[in-house]
Amino acid sequence: MNNYLNLLIGLAMGLNLIALGSSRLPSLIRAVSAQGIVLGLMPLLLEHHPDWRVLVVVVATVAGKGFVIPWLLRRAMRAATIERELNPLVGFVPSLLLGAGGTIAAVAFARLLPLLPEHAGSLLVPGALASVLTGFILLIGRVKAISQVCGYLILENGIYLFGLLLIRSTPLLVEAGVLLDLTVGVFVIGIIVDRIQRAFDSLDTRKLTVLRE
Amino acid sequence: MIPYLLIIVPLAGAALAVAWPSNRTRPLLLPAVGLGHVGMTFWLFLNPPAVSPASWLAFDPLARAVLPAVSLLFFVCAVYGVTYLRIRQERPNRVFVALLLATLGLLSAGHQARHLGLLWIATEAVTLAAVPLLHFNGTPRAFEATWKYLLVGGTGIALSLLGSFCLGYASLHGGGDGNLTFVSLMAQGVDLSRPWVLIAWVLLLVGYGTKMGLAPMHTWKPDAYGEASGIVGALLAGGVTTVAFTAILRVRAVVGAAGEGAMADRTLLAIGLFSMVVSALFLLGTRDFKRMLAYSSVEHMGILGIGAAFGKAGVWTALFHVWANSLTKGSLFLSAGNIRRAAGSASMDDVRGMATITPRSVALFITGMFAVTACPPFGPFFSELRLIRVGFTAGHGVATFAFLGCLLFAFFGITRVVFGVADGRPRPATRRVGSSFVESAGVILPPVALLALSLWLGLHTPAVLQDAWSAAVTQLFPTP
Repeated sequence: MNNYLNLLIGLAMGLNLIALGSSRLPSLIRAVSAQGIVLGLMPLLLEHHPDWRVLVVVVATVAGKGFVIPWLLRRAMRAATIERELNPLVGFVPSLLLGAGGTIAAVAFARLLPLLPEHAGSLLVPGALASVLTGFILLIGRVKAISQVCGYLILENGIYLFGLLLIRSTPLLVEAGVLLDLTVGVFVIGIIVDRIQRAFDSLDTRKLTVLRE
Repeated sequence: MIPYLLIIVPLAGAALAVAWPSNRTRPLLLPAVGLGHVGMTFWLFLNPPAVSPASWLAFDPLARAVLPAVSLLFFVCAVYGVTYLRIRQERPNRVFVALLLATLGLLSAGHQARHLGLLWIATEAVTLAAVPLLHFNGTPRAFEATWKYLLVGGTGIALSLLGSFCLGYASLHGGGDGNLTFVSLMAQGVDLSRPWVLIAWVLLLVGYGTKMGLAPMHTWKPDAYGEASGIVGALLAGGVTTVAFTAILRVRAVVGAAGEGAMADRTLLAIGLFSMVVSALFLLGTRDFKRMLAYSSVEHMGILGIGAAFGKAGVWTALFHVWANSLTKGSLFLSAGNIRRAAGSASMDDVRGMATITPRSVALFITGMFAVTACPPFGPFFSELRLIRVGFTAGHGVATFAFLGCLLFAFFGITRVVFGVADGRPRPATRRVGSSFVESAGVILPPVALLALSLWLGLHTPAVLQDAWSAAVTQLFPTP
């Protein structure tokens, strides 16, 4: 059981690196969407006898992270008629190296943390840390609004991975809150991206510099 | 029942506002709901209900100590909002009114949340509800401010969720049954897994600190406050930051119960002082009087952080300062909104001589400035004076001197901007714009009321209020 789970987490960590290395926005969005689907399926592996609550979470996560949000992002991308990230603040190779180094550091750091016996062999904690780090690299290192939103999504995915540690003990409330807010958050971000585009004729957040001290 | 009504009534008001057909009469819902909310809050304040320890949501002593201030602030802002939206008749206000009311409901939920997850959901919802409020003006600058608010605020809120999960895992690792109410977390105490508690504290401090606007996570604040209308700025600075502060206090209590209170206090003191230093430096440089208010807000959040770091007496003082700061800052935001509207700009480079164009608003702005920079006899003077005394008694002499130094520099910075805007001869262009702005009772009386409340708080802090703060301190530090 744990092996399959670790395989999926490893896949998600690989998708982090693909996201860091892609310069074209469609492939970035595809990586994020694939990661969403992979994460969404994980509760099925964690729960030996999934009840309806777990199934709701699985369906909602896969639909939200895997399809709805990527669809919104593609729409925003078409509206803005941009295809690729040019001149990022942190280049693609440096960000890949940072991401790879961060992943190794995450695995090393997770060994130091006290874990319950049933979580000891799993990659959940390193996977979560690596995704949070990847999300931050994208948030800080990219300048296009859509890439930053993708970075935010990967950050959220990392947090979701961590939340899986608690899926048995905490009520559904926490998970439902995550899903709802994630969707709404991106939805709002999507609207704003749309507006920014109309107001600035560009999705380059570097041009958002009127308000500067 | 009433604790739930505090949330349901504003949310129902929000739904009503969405359905309300007339753009002209819709703003009247704001003071109507606000008045109901103030009534219920003060009724609960005077007759505190018994709180069941297991409840997820209750008007507990901590909520009792701060929620009435937020409720009062909202009501006064709502009265101001009626006139403000009449002036801004050209813009549809359906979303604006509905979301202001929803914000009140969600703030009530956030203050009363006694469950880690519920607290997070309320904070997240408040964050999202504020987004359309920020770009009410629809200008490119407002969009820019909104984008930054969403990106920085969204990241902060994501980190606080991660922190909540870590705290949950600390409880699970320590043998907990997955009950994440603050009461049960505190009951677990030293059984909580120490490394996870430390990680959780850092993440939650950064996450909720972002919502509070503590430096260095304050970067969204100047933009958002600079572009938002006065009423939204007042509510963000006086209401949303308060929710984040109570969240930090609740988490701090859990960390304290886990035996890491000293470490938590050190980080709070460091981040509080850093916020004060950063804001004092920026206050000396800024040329925009609305951004100045944002930096002043960062400064006061720093003061709250320092207060929270000084143990029981410090937390008591911080709760006092929450009241003093919310009311005073509200008055400043509203009078600054008047001046901004009459002047057509918020920069010292374009605006001067406002004392001749909007004499009443400027008089209020200057009085408010003296109040917020801790001149007697307003509320902030007494809360900060008490904080200094607590600091010296607790043996934090160096920190207290640094605190005093920052206050002094902030005073220089703020007076520089305020008098730069008030004095001199107005430009002809400003005169033309300003002549169309009428200083009616609707835009003058609300800030007067807030200043009067601040004055009353300073001169005569009611005993019942002091008891409420003491009860909140007892809740946060249960062991003697």
